[in-house]
Amino acid sequence: MPSYDEKTSTPLVRLKNVVKHFPITGGIFLRQIAAVQAVDDVTLDIWPGETLGLVGESGCGKSTLGRLILRLEEPTTGEILFNGENILRYNKEKLRQLRREMQIIFQDPFSSLNPRKSVAHIVGEPLYVHGITDRREREARVLKLLEVVGLKKEQMRRYPHQFSGGQRQRIGVARALALNPKLIICDEAVSALDVSIQAQVINLLRDLQQKFGLTYLFISHNLSVVEYISDRVGVMYLGKIVELAPSESLYINPIHPYTKALLEAAPVPDPSQRGKRFVLLGDVPSPIDPPRGCRFHTRCPHVKEICRAEEPPLRELLTDHVAACFFAPF
Amino acid sequence: MKSDFQDRFLRNKLALAGAIVVAILFAVSFLAPWLAPHDPHEIDLKNVLAPPSWQHPLGTDPLGRDVLSRMIWGSRISLKVGFVATGISIVIGAILGALAGYYGRWVDAVIMRFVDIMLCFPSFFLILAVIAILEPSIWNIMVIIGLTSWMGVTRLVRADFISLKERDFVQAARVIGASDGRIIFRHILPNTMASILVAATLGVAGAILTESALSFLGIGVQPPTPSWGNILTAGKDNIDIAWWLSLFPGLAILITVMGYNLLGEGIRDALDPRLRD
Repeated sequence: MPSYDEKTSTPLVRLKNVVKHFPITGGIFLRQIAAVQAVDDVTLDIWPGETLGLVGESGCGKSTLGRLILRLEEPTTGEILFNGENILRYNKEKLRQLRREMQIIFQDPFSSLNPRKSVAHIVGEPLYVHGITDRREREARVLKLLEVVGLKKEQMRRYPHQFSGGQRQRIGVARALALNPKLIICDEAVSALDVSIQAQVINLLRDLQQKFGLTYLFISHNLSVVEYISDRVGVMYLGKIVELAPSESLYINPIHPYTKALLEAAPVPDPSQRGKRFVLLGDVPSPIDPPRGCRFHTRCPHVKEICRAEEPPLRELLTDHVAACFFAPF
Repeated sequence: MKSDFQDRFLRNKLALAGAIVVAILFAVSFLAPWLAPHDPHEIDLKNVLAPPSWQHPLGTDPLGRDVLSRMIWGSRISLKVGFVATGISIVIGAILGALAGYYGRWVDAVIMRFVDIMLCFPSFFLILAVIAILEPSIWNIMVIIGLTSWMGVTRLVRADFISLKERDFVQAARVIGASDGRIIFRHILPNTMASILVAATLGVAGAILTESALSFLGIGVQPPTPSWGNILTAGKDNIDIAWWLSLFPGLAILITVMGYNLLGEGIRDALDPRLRD
């Protein structure tokens, strides 16, 4: 969308009205009694070579969105296109081929690596699964991958528990890179790391992006990390995208009241600003029974009658900057 | 990794004791022909129910056979029954548990209801009934014990699978395109080994107990083949006059079962990667 010419290039990933409801069953016949509306009617493009940040509170559906693109979850309705092809229609074999194109880096580097496999195994497995069965060839490529992510040759025979969190995350990055994917979904990829290690891993991700022409979907609840790495940022609230804009535009001119609240909630080291911030009241409503109309109306300081009745569409309010609010900008 | 495991195992004194007991049992049953002072089948009617002496360290039975020799040969039965029966139950239990835990939904429902049904049978009487129909041979006993003792393993493996399949490393395996079979057998199952090993050692102990009980009742290992259980039978009939016939096989069963249990727990503790330094 922004700064890309829609007619000349196709988005790498296109989500069309994607909905994911997790059924809640109950009673003796396990009938569906309710649904968690994790992702509700999301339409989104990810362009080749960009980093799209996705922020929101926990439980807003941002991780589910990533898992839907990877087809770790099947959407309830909607379409997901990768390079213009609807991947939801892919059969097992085509899906397996698609796995080369998109990978994921997980949040918890302690649970994302099989504790019983050596690094050589972990990083080499994608290669093995995709047909590189010769062990020597595989290990040669594993060594290259380890070098790329800044690990040492000797560490290839070690097991995950012998590494620190940051090193483990590098192993996870190496595994994700093994198949030469176009898209990597970073699901809170640095959230579990110390701040100093976060910076290292983020810089590594940036270098790799330039080197291999990667596209990132960078999911995080940490606004400053997302600002640093993203070209565009989407803000999610209760399963919906409420604002989507180029990074600078979003951080300088947040439009949606929720985005404003999020940005103001980030601590500012300036005592003169104390008490001037707008603080969000109340809790996030349950995604099982989200509010009608605008989902943010229960906590919005500018709420009016229409917000309770109708759902605001995404409108372009600044260049390439869309937000779902009837009244913004305020 | 190996030395790490050894280290931690050797530091655990009880586990070590269990391992030694099990090792001795193995040695005794393999070396039975050389260790046994007498032929276990040699009847000596002039010497029936003789108390322990230098000639018969653990006394003789009502047919004058040497109890020590019969127990040494009987350890082979215990070993064989323990391992074959447990092997059968582990294979069945691991496969069913893996399928139930990994696929969930109706697969899980069907398998676990079957487990519930099997657990409802008092399995000892089921074994009795089956043995009554089939002839009581050692192979039948092993198979029957195996077929009636896999439910615990199924539940353990299923529980492990349910928690492990949500772990990120399993998701990662799916994302790289690994097949279900690969994920189940290469990624998840090795991580359930600790539970399986514990279940297996407990299973060996249980199988040995069941075999002894069946032999004691006369429908297990058939005389003249010696087994700890059928030596006990003779002990029961002569308990007033020949205490050694009950005491020694009983002790052997007790120590064996305890040995396996200690060993199993030791292995579990030493294998747990979370406890590694």
